[in-house]
Amino acid sequence: MEANVKPVITVRNLDLSYDDYAVMNNLNFSVKKGEIFIVMGGSGCGKSTLLKVLIGLKEPEKGEVLYDGINFWEQDEPTQQKIMRRFGVLYQGGALWSSFTLGENIALPLQLYSALSPAQIKEVVELKLALVGLSGYADFYPSEISGGMCKRAALARAIALDPDIIFFDEPSAGLDPLSARMLDDLILQLKDTLGATIVVVTHELASIFAVGDNAALLDTETKSVIAIGSPKDLLANSSDPRVIQFLTRGERQATPAGKEFKL
Amino acid sequence: MLAKISFEYPVTGTLRVKLSGNWQIHAALPAENEVISELASHKEVTEITFDASGVDGWGSGLVSFLFHLIRDCERKNIQVSHQGLPQGVEKLLTLALRVHTRLIPQKVTHAPFLERVGDKALQVGASALTLLDFLGELTVAFGRLISGKAYFRRDEFITIVQKCGANALWLVSLISVLVGIILAFIGAIQLKLFGAQIFVADIVGIAMIRVMGAVMTGIIMSGRTGASFAAELGLMQVNEEIDALKTLGISPVEFLVMPRVLALVIMMPLLTLYADFMGIAGGFFISTSVLDLNPVEYWQHTQSAVRLANLWVGLTHSFVFGIIIAVSGCLRGIKCARSAEALGEATTSAVVSAITSIVIATAIITFICQVLGV
Ligand SMILES: Nc1ncnc2c1ncn2[C@@H]1O[C@H](COP(=O)(O)OP(=O)(O)OP(=O)(O)O)[C@@H](O)[C@H]1O
Ligand SMILES: [Mg+2]
Repeated sequence: MEANVKPVITVRNLDLSYDDYAVMNNLNFSVKKGEIFIVMGGSGCGKSTLLKVLIGLKEPEKGEVLYDGINFWEQDEPTQQKIMRRFGVLYQGGALWSSFTLGENIALPLQLYSALSPAQIKEVVELKLALVGLSGYADFYPSEISGGMCKRAALARAIALDPDIIFFDEPSAGLDPLSARMLDDLILQLKDTLGATIVVVTHELASIFAVGDNAALLDTETKSVIAIGSPKDLLANSSDPRVIQFLTRGERQATPAGKEFKL
Repeated sequence: MLAKISFEYPVTGTLRVKLSGNWQIHAALPAENEVISELASHKEVTEITFDASGVDGWGSGLVSFLFHLIRDCERKNIQVSHQGLPQGVEKLLTLALRVHTRLIPQKVTHAPFLERVGDKALQVGASALTLLDFLGELTVAFGRLISGKAYFRRDEFITIVQKCGANALWLVSLISVLVGIILAFIGAIQLKLFGAQIFVADIVGIAMIRVMGAVMTGIIMSGRTGASFAAELGLMQVNEEIDALKTLGISPVEFLVMPRVLALVIMMPLLTLYADFMGIAGGFFISTSVLDLNPVEYWQHTQSAVRLANLWVGLTHSFVFGIIIAVSGCLRGIKCARSAEALGEATTSAVVSAITSIVIATAIITFICQVLGV
């Protein structure tokens, strides 16, 4: 059944770099409609950089990113903007606008791009805050709430416009286990209820197994994707010691019997 | 198709809300009041059910509509049956309607006028205390510097000296030369009436060295260096870098503020000397070229008019200004609140308070000199 679901995002021969410093070479993968796709890898391997390219903030040196078959970087500016409006993004640091209250943070995209009246916007804002467990906090400024609450408020802003592609950069970093679990549930709900396609950058194993339909493991050494597949499959069937190590926090190193341990 | 609501009463006491059309947030939505006003006119309703079979597209628009309706009904003790809603909608509603037992701190949004006036008055007192506290810490830091125990990075100190000294030379040159020229012109117009144009040399020399060099340099440095100190330290405060220093037991005043104050206190008199020289040069240039004064005579007049006491007064000004600029910049930066807006405010108030204090200090010093007869 998976084979005939259309890819929403396709990445082809993508190179990531900062000036002369190559971060990743020749990435290839695709994200299917309605799935949760995990980008995982060690710290500093280029996950956030990849995300920046995917959400259209950084032009890649080489390679293509296609949304529903449309090559993003070949479009003119208005078309790019239109594609970008389908995205909801949760940045690694939250990135709430500090001079706006939480309510205003969420209301801004609605004011710009929805057909709602101010009263209706207020209601949607309350709903979004309730969804992330922050009802009643609309009048607070980001500096007046905790880091984890900022993260959740940022998520509420990311889903303000009911985006059909949502990007999460480290959603559960800095959250307590219960809040992290709640966020995972919320991600699953968003997929279920809105039918959104979701890309999650994370290295939290619990999240990877809880929400991931498919995952790609980036590797700093080879600057490439070293495994793609459902996390459970990868754990059960991969013969690559790096993959097993990553998925078991290095607690299991053994490779299937008969194979040489190389590294 | 537009989002629509219609009503049915299958049995008395039960209101069936029929929803149809497109309920996405990009489409126009009906106001919720329709249901609420229907409820208001049918007081006998104790239960609401939904029929969403006509809905052909939904998003947060529908969920938000229902969310508020349900919460309103809860208050009125009306049963709401979620059956008949699309499955996704129901799940989102469940998620949004979870009860949060957590206490939400109350926000005071608008205080009465008198209370605000009182608060402001108290704030003035508090900020005076903050300033004293800060100056105390700074004094302690300098004490530790003298006894050789202060901890700060020498390299960074050199960089600061360079940034607030050498890098400011161009700006100081430009402004001082122009001030010298302006003084010469204004003096010349008046003195010509008495045929005493050569006294332009005295005016330019005394004015520049005694006060103008220091004041102009002070104003330039407030905008340039004071603002940059405030922005630098303010961003460090926003990023919790200052907290990180405190945790390590390093005094931020000693580590960050003291080198900046020291750098500016050293550089301000030097820059002022330079500004004095450039101002006199500007006056000299204009007087000899445009006003046709004799260069040798001009120079002799300058030499005889400017006494060493004038120079000391000027340097005292610049020393005091150095402290004022550095302290107001660093204080505003360190006390910055954690937001982008606060950072802007910190920078603005650093410059404003530095310039205001410079003018006040000039008045005080001038008065003291008058009394002492210097
Ligand atoms: N603006 C930049 N200029 C130059 N190099 C950068 C820049 N941002 C990141 N890098 C480098 O690119 C590499 C990838 O960084 P990136 O932020 O994408 O890592 P990451 O996988 O998101 O790490 P983490 O899990 O810690 O967030 C790092 O080695 C980093 O040093
Ligand atoms: Mg990152």
